Amino acid sequence: MDIKEIMQPENLVYKKPELLNDTAMHYCPGCSHGVVHKLISEVIAEMGMENKTVGVSPVGCAVFAYKYIDIDWEEAAHGRAPALASAVKRLWPDRLVFTYQGDGDLACIGTAETIHALNRGENITIVFVNNAIYGMTGGQMAPTTLMGMKTATCPYGRDAKLHGYPLKVADIAASLEGTCYVTRQSVHTVGAINKAKRALRKAFEYSMQGKGSSLVEMVSTCNSGWKLSPEKANKWMEENMFPFYNLGDIKDTGANNQ
Amino acid sequence: MAKMRGVTVIDTERCKGCRLCVVACPLNVLALAKSVNRKGYNYAETVLADTCTGCTSCAVVCPDGCITVYRKKEE
Repeated sequence: MDIKEIMQPENLVYKKPELLNDTAMHYCPGCSHGVVHKLISEVIAEMGMENKTVGVSPVGCAVFAYKYIDIDWEEAAHGRAPALASAVKRLWPDRLVFTYQGDGDLACIGTAETIHALNRGENITIVFVNNAIYGMTGGQMAPTTLMGMKTATCPYGRDAKLHGYPLKVADIAASLEGTCYVTRQSVHTVGAINKAKRALRKAFEYSMQGKGSSLVEMVSTCNSGWKLSPEKANKWMEENMFPFYNLGDIKDTGANNQ
Repeated sequence: MAKMRGVTVIDTERCKGCRLCVVACPLNVLALAKSVNRKGYNYAETVLADTCTGCTSCAVVCPDGCITVYRKKEE
């Protein structure tokens, strides 16, 4: 069979989501952010919400998310994305509102806003990209940094006596009354990506059905910050991140909460 | 069983050479090129075009959405 014969529009099985534009993403090669951007674009398009979605981008590596996904965006002050998203959703209840935040933004400077927005049960989805490090600023220790993990600001490894313990945001979120769906996913393999996409779809649907807040944590890699190649970073994540940040749904009350 | 034939089209200028597609491909269809694109990255290229079944694994894991996949059943 000729290649030209195969390359016909009817045989197309995968292409870059249409909502993701052609602007070259500034993320490092192999960064998990790109995959999460693709999933968000695909889910919004599948739900037919292209013109009815407002994203809130954070401060951190994903600060320029509004350049890449062609939906409406707001840019929040550092950590304050859930507060801004609460306002947008209350003023515009027919819109799909989500925040896109990293662990430095959500788990450190924005802990209060995050926990209170989730506890109020705002009908928003928080997409939480957790790579256990401050990526954009040069690989400093984050609240989610694992015990013993070396970063620029804890070069001998995270020590409980000096730095305290890593924060499991999703587990805290699951204990709050306002949340309807809390899950922890990853995007390192095809199977994990498909699962993450289903989780994202469920969270977005619950938001639109007014069932409460959803938190989708994406356990991710930061190969530049971890000083590893993208494939080694994925392996490191499987070996070190997953035993601490267990994947799977932590809470799902959306199905029986009408 | 009818064999599936696939074609991967890679946007080599957008590619950052992260190699995740090369790792994800179960049939080793892709590899990084020796030459570089305008940004200086060794981009991914198809080296075993006849082997590709169009499973889309490479395209799904590509963080920059550089890969387009076509698939057709061989008659």
